[in-house]
Amino acid sequence: MTLAETQPQALEFECETGNYHTFCPISCVAWLYQKIEDSFFLVIGTKTCGYFLQNAMGVMIFAEPRYAMAELEEGDISAQLNDYEELKRLCLQIKRDRNPSVIVWIGTCTTEIIKTDLEGIAPRLESEIGIPIVVARANGLDYAFTQGEDTVLAAMAHRCPEKSPTLESEKKERNAISSLLNFGKKKEEAIAEESAYRDHTPLVLFGSLPDPVVTQLTLELKRQGIKVSGWLPSKRFTELPAIEEGYYVSGVNPFLSRTATTLMRRRKCKLIGSPFPIGPDGTRAWIEKICAVLDIEPKGLDEREAQIWESLEDYLQIVRGKSVFFMGDNLLEVSLARFLVRCGMTVSEIGIPYMDKRYQAAELAFLEKTCQEMGVPLPKIVEKPDNYNQIQRIKEIQPDLVITGMAHANPLEARGITTKWSVEFTFAQIHGFTNARDILELVTRPLRRNNSLKGLGWEKLVREEATSPLG
Amino acid sequence: MKLAYWMYAGPAHIGTLRIASSFQNVHGIMHAPLGDDYFNVMRSMLSRERDFTPVTISVVDRHVLARGSQEKVVNNITRKDAEEHPDLIVLTPTCTSSILQEDLHNFVERASQTAESDVLLADINHYRYNELQAADRTLGQIIKFYIDQARKDGTLPQGKTEKPSVNIIGMTTLGFHNNHDATELKRLMTDLGIEVNEVIPEGASVHNLKRLPQAWFNLVPYREIGLSSAQYLQEEFGTPFIDITPMGIVETARCIRAIQKTLNEQGAGVNYEEFIDNQTRFVSQAAWFSRSIDCQNLTGKKAVVFGDNTHAAAMTKILAREMGIHVVMAGTYCKYDADWFREQVSEYCDEVLISEDNGEIGDKIAQHEPSAIFGTQMERHVGKRLDIPCGVIAAPIHIQNFPVGYTPYMGYEGANQIVDLVYNSFTLGMEDHLLEIFGGHDTKEVITKTMSADSDLAWTKDGQAELNKIPGFVRGKVKRNTEKFARDRGFSEINVEVLYAAKESVGA
Ligand code: SF4
Ligand code: SF4
Repeated sequence: MTLAETQPQALEFECETGNYHTFCPISCVAWLYQKIEDSFFLVIGTKTCGYFLQNAMGVMIFAEPRYAMAELEEGDISAQLNDYEELKRLCLQIKRDRNPSVIVWIGTCTTEIIKTDLEGIAPRLESEIGIPIVVARANGLDYAFTQGEDTVLAAMAHRCPEKSPTLESEKKERNAISSLLNFGKKKEEAIAEESAYRDHTPLVLFGSLPDPVVTQLTLELKRQGIKVSGWLPSKRFTELPAIEEGYYVSGVNPFLSRTATTLMRRRKCKLIGSPFPIGPDGTRAWIEKICAVLDIEPKGLDEREAQIWESLEDYLQIVRGKSVFFMGDNLLEVSLARFLVRCGMTVSEIGIPYMDKRYQAAELAFLEKTCQEMGVPLPKIVEKPDNYNQIQRIKEIQPDLVITGMAHANPLEARGITTKWSVEFTFAQIHGFTNARDILELVTRPLRRNNSLKGLGWEKLVREEATSPLG
Repeated sequence: MKLAYWMYAGPAHIGTLRIASSFQNVHGIMHAPLGDDYFNVMRSMLSRERDFTPVTISVVDRHVLARGSQEKVVNNITRKDAEEHPDLIVLTPTCTSSILQEDLHNFVERASQTAESDVLLADINHYRYNELQAADRTLGQIIKFYIDQARKDGTLPQGKTEKPSVNIIGMTTLGFHNNHDATELKRLMTDLGIEVNEVIPEGASVHNLKRLPQAWFNLVPYREIGLSSAQYLQEEFGTPFIDITPMGIVETARCIRAIQKTLNEQGAGVNYEEFIDNQTRFVSQAAWFSRSIDCQNLTGKKAVVFGDNTHAAAMTKILAREMGIHVVMAGTYCKYDADWFREQVSEYCDEVLISEDNGEIGDKIAQHEPSAIFGTQMERHVGKRLDIPCGVIAAPIHIQNFPVGYTPYMGYEGANQIVDLVYNSFTLGMEDHLLEIFGGHDTKEVITKTMSADSDLAWTKDGQAELNKIPGFVRGKVKRNTEKFARDRGFSEINVEVLYAAKESVGA
């Protein structure tokens, strides 16, 4: 790679179809069961799936667990047992013990391989036991890590009511967000608030975010006079937003391409394709695009963005001019890379488990534009990277920071390569203007740690080895 | 189908990979879907491993499912062979990929033709065996493979070592305090004038496995891993083995006496009585603790023990015999080896429980209301809810089981560590516990930054009084958590009920 050539080039894509490490998509259970408070997640799989959730994800069960394994045993695999009866027995037990508003079945590789007809069984069982059952096939044969959320939300999109409620009582229940925003306000004030909104086609946002971030982004759009009619997922299954034909939808996460497709094809919504609201630049682009589509003149975005950048200056000084390498893990890579380039970093490689060029089109274009504006070379995007080869490349280019899955972090650190776990970006609050600082807090932490250890001569903590990839 | 909330032992492939990656220069290849390769994460994160875990996943995806994986697996084996030149490559499916019923034997055979490394298929029924059983079997399989090979090549060394010597079998990566136990046992053997012939598998080279028959005896400290290997070596070479877990003063002495007996039968003429007596009465602190006033105060206190066979049995004996603690229930999750456990502990406890169901164990603990629990991370959680302190004595492992400092559970130093664990669990447990009760560990909800810091909440007199009873070092935290709770639920005043409701909600 020659650093001199900065004339516009196109992004380079490559698919290594290598042996790479990432988490299993069933891991979405870890955040979704917390997000959807009246849910119960049942992962239908083997001990391997269960041990993963328990050990690698560290999902702890508490006094009132809201997720469990339906562990398939030899009899299930050899089809001696009847799937319907088995699932019924388990779901009745869940109903009795926990009484959730919805049971989400997470299909796994095993249910794919033995071709369990989950979609066929669910509707029958649902009417028999009287609890909605949503089926998501979040298996590791077809998907990686965060895409699990995509499979769940795509399945839930079918459960959003067809019509907005007209009854006052129902309205109240479904309008949890506006009552949250209007919390503590008098009724008249709330009505006055209502008039602050511009008249536009209803907009529903999709993507699972922690509640405070939901509020922040909702408020951010409210500043522009845009009303968010609802979020998929909602805090409670019973509060899923109504979605009518012709509604606009916008995704806040880069890994939700199936949900987007489902909303467009099945629910006849119009997708607003934009960069994702990650980093001040992304958040601004996201709001601008929504405004443009809804035909609203955005106001105050320049100042808002500038003010955020200003508040980031102390962190920017640490990252400017540094290089970062994404090994690829959670599909947030392109958005994070684009933000970090804007922060003044260079990105040599973006590994990513799966690249949907259409759903991420606006983000990819934004990345290109950002690189050109910042005068840095375009990163190479490597789909399904081969971790072994990546480590050779890391060894060669010695990036200042490697954002990597958990399996490689300690070994890289031991060889003097600074790392940050990619999963932290999955769990941290990184969306919107307000949380830009949190992204940089994470990114700079290892760099600041290095700074404080500097001079101790402890960079490499392994003896030179002949056989190791970094030897 | 089984509704399962928690697993005490992992799936079989974890056991196989623990063995493979414990050896030096052995590479594991998993034939499995993408998400199954978290063994690498566990090894790197839980045990803070510096080296890349020598395990590669040969990914089974939709394409492989449609077309079969033959080329891919074979290619991955030959590729690893060329890249890293391991001595041995172990191929394993997971319970998921084993359903595909592919002829992995055939892949291994094909790969062996070109690979310079030896290539083995871990021969395990993934639905029948758990992590521990699979580890035991894989270790046996690898040992047998290299013994057979040496026999064929005529390189099997003849006779025993000149001086008394031992193989310590069963030390593995991701084992519960295994690394410290290994050090302690090596020290103990040195003190006894016994040469350590091999420690396997952790850190061992497969090429040294042919040296195993040279040892005078084999020591199998853990019931779960290594026993079948020791039995095999006894059958093949007549090497005696000792499977007494040297945990606690009494059992350590019993183990040493068994060693003495076996060495003397082979003509060594050793006498360890003086050593045992000296260690017990003057060097180790554990026996002295049993005599001390501190221990007197523990007399008759009730405890529940739960864990794997090795640790639960050993701990039950220590508590009952060495500390006069009343073990109301001792339990194991090693269902497949339940008879042994019963036989070991029956005389030292009121009730024996064999179960893999954490709910059942939790209920039992609640019924017994012990003053302390000695169990796994799961029982620690149960204890947290029930307000009962818990010392962790067995896997499933947690990063906390890889302390940086030296903390063996075996031998004389191990006995000291166990004393500290027991003492701290009974006495300090309660204070430390307050932190956890009031959500010191709960990171699920963040107190939102946007929430105004000035409290708009009033504390009633009784609420304030109750708050003041809470030790100073956690009071601030409790106050914050309670106020957050009150705000969330819309209370404007915090009285003693609200304080407790907050405590309950955090515990839930
Ligand atoms: S990859 Fe498949 S088998 Fe493995 S944990 Fe994920 S769903 Fe289960
Ligand atoms: S931090 Fe708290 S919740 Fe997590 S493992 Fe430890 S005790 Fe359990």
